[in-house]
Amino acid sequence: MRRKISLKPITLLLFLSTSFFFGQEEAEHVEVKTDKKTEIKEYIQHHLQDSYDFSLFSYETESGETKHIGFPLPVILWDNGLKVFSSSKLHHGESVAEVDGSFYKSYHSKIYKTDASGTINYDEEHHATNEKPLDFSITKNVFTIFAIGLLMFFMFSRMAGKYRKGNTVPNGAGRFLEPIILYIRDDIAIPNIGKKHYKRYMSFLLTVFFFIWIINLLGLTPLGVNVTNNIAVTLALALLTYLITTFTANKSYWGHIFWMPGVPWPMKIILAPIELLGTLIKPFSLLIRLYANITAGHIVLMSIIGLMFIFKNWLGSSLSFGLAFALSLLELLVAALQAYIFTMLSALYFGSAVEEHNHADH
Amino acid sequence: MEKLINDFSIGLFFWQLVLFIGLVLLLRKFAWKPILDAVEKRESGIEDALKSAEKAKLEMQNLQADNQKLLQEARMERESLLKDARDIKNKMIEDAKGEAQDQANKIIEQAQAAIESEKKAAIAELKTQVANLSIEIAEKVMREELSSSDKQLKLVESMLGETKFN
Repeated sequence: MRRKISLKPITLLLFLSTSFFFGQEEAEHVEVKTDKKTEIKEYIQHHLQDSYDFSLFSYETESGETKHIGFPLPVILWDNGLKVFSSSKLHHGESVAEVDGSFYKSYHSKIYKTDASGTINYDEEHHATNEKPLDFSITKNVFTIFAIGLLMFFMFSRMAGKYRKGNTVPNGAGRFLEPIILYIRDDIAIPNIGKKHYKRYMSFLLTVFFFIWIINLLGLTPLGVNVTNNIAVTLALALLTYLITTFTANKSYWGHIFWMPGVPWPMKIILAPIELLGTLIKPFSLLIRLYANITAGHIVLMSIIGLMFIFKNWLGSSLSFGLAFALSLLELLVAALQAYIFTMLSALYFGSAVEEHNHADH
Repeated sequence: MEKLINDFSIGLFFWQLVLFIGLVLLLRKFAWKPILDAVEKRESGIEDALKSAEKAKLEMQNLQADNQKLLQEARMERESLLKDARDIKNKMIEDAKGEAQDQANKIIEQAQAAIESEKKAAIAELKTQVANLSIEIAEKVMREELSSSDKQLKLVESMLGETKFN
């Protein structure tokens, strides 16, 4: 039995099977090699996107039937009332889901409202123009976030239970985790925020560090989950940093933004909007940095893995295997580094918000 | 940028925000606070232990110094006691010697006085004895001499002859 195992998540299939693209692909790219390249490119594109069900891999049987290994997740839509249904109804974008008289179809990892036959209209730039319902689905990424949250909760509350019992020496997971927690406290929080205020921010800093780290590491596993390369996730994290900075800031912080002391008054007027913009740019750089680093890492790594399938000879494949292996190691470092940088910079911004300026210095 | 905005999913943003805030709050209550408190308690415990050890060491040193001082004092006291005792001994011996001397002198004096008075009495008695003897002898001689008239005359004459008439 000849099976073409492509190891691609259904998102790719979902995309390819959309009648329009599939047809176009067949017509324009007859050459097998080009087809493969496009396939890999699309695969990478879709790996970077979210999906409505948790799939591990998919394959095509001899008869051309597509099999998906994974499980469906709930789709939650707000479209004139709450609509909840299982993502299995969408059939990976292959069919139209009918819920309470409305029709929905997923296209490019987004749910659109369609008619009964599933028609999707496009504008001249090839974007779907169908109406998009408000989508609060438990997607693959939401599911992963939830799972990571549970994992972290059990891991750390178990660890805390041992501390609460009065164990003076860390044991079990604490032996590994405690030095990291202490590192965040002693080398990130205290030097940047100061001994007086750091305790208020410890919960956020610790949670954000472990969350980003674990979720980045999970992105490197073959599970195919990829959370931190979603701009929505990094925006949510950066927004929290911004909100915490803004709401815990003291008088002196605002004083330095709106009425910079120690400069002549025309300069104060010029500086105020710049400083105000700066408060937004700082967390914005946080969200872009995390998003771009993880996305770039995934694209490069997957491109190199994809090269193996394009070369199809022992030299090229083994070379790209070696390269992919080296890059995976680098990505392991990046996973921790990005978590560290996010935590570090958040601490720095919190520190600037509670810093007590000595005006004699100016 | 257009792609970024297009990729942005409100649902994912919403869930991430809700789940993450929930996670922060849960972990704060059930993990971070007890862990950080325990670690802080342990650290302060270690610090206290170190401080008290340092204190104990200092106290030990003080104690040793005190002991040394005490020993020194005891030694000095012993010496002074010994010295006193020696002084007292010497003084007693000296005193005893002086008293004995006095006593001896007194006894000797008394003895001398007694000897002197004995001597005087003896001399006085001797004198009377000698006087009595000489009187007796003189009587006997006289009696012998004057037993005949011749002899008496002769004596008278010699006496007369010795006695010149002036």
